Amino acid sequence: MPLTNQLRDDILASVPSLRAFAISLSGNGDRADDLVQETLLRAIANIDSFQPGSNLPAWLFTILRNLFRSDYRKRRREVEDAEGNYAKTLKTQPAQNAHLEFEEFRLALDKLPQDQREALILVGASGFSYEDAAAICGCAVGTIKSRVNRARSKLSALLYVDGADDFGPDNTVRAVIGGNS
Amino acid sequence: MKEVKKQGGLNAEIQSRIGHQLRAMYDDVVRQGVPDRFAELIKKLDGPEAAAQVVGDTDKNNGGD
Repeated sequence: MPLTNQLRDDILASVPSLRAFAISLSGNGDRADDLVQETLLRAIANIDSFQPGSNLPAWLFTILRNLFRSDYRKRRREVEDAEGNYAKTLKTQPAQNAHLEFEEFRLALDKLPQDQREALILVGASGFSYEDAAAICGCAVGTIKSRVNRARSKLSALLYVDGADDFGPDNTVRAVIGGNS
Repeated sequence: MKEVKKQGGLNAEIQSRIGHQLRAMYDDVVRQGVPDRFAELIKKLDGPEAAAQVVGDTDKNNGGD
């Protein structure tokens, strides 16, 4: 469809969640913004192929995800510097303790296989349905469900290794600090 | 016949905590809104041709590094 003002506004309205998705995927704020910019350019360059009335955010997320995938293959080695960069992208620094917990969560998320991480983010944070997430990732709905489940159990194993008996806020932090990296 | 491993309340609590952390991380970025560079980019592109032009330029630049 043509690039109407309404469509521009709708694309712009998706930018905050596109950035959040890009940062969650790449762990790097600068790279995430480059990904978003590239996504916007490609979206507008190919706006004729967007079906009016279909899900615009899902369409944009698909473009970003595919860009990230091809970019990722090219620059695999650079991914390792994700540590710590994420915090710099935040405007408000969380308080010390919360910050620590946040970093640990971020690191655990980075340890997930990419398929599982993106599925978990799309469903658990972006709020897409399993169906939309499957369309974005180009796989079956059942595949998305199982990736999300595996992501959740792996995260709980990474973050809450001590299991049910020891569960508690202090143990959470302790387990992670003394943790098995 | 069906042996289902019971997911205890603590497991559910862990899952809800993970969900909460995930959304907190994500929403923190969402709340930053739209950076100016993107608002300006969308404003200045008057159509697909203009965007395709910029994409082409970027691809060329990326070839070098």
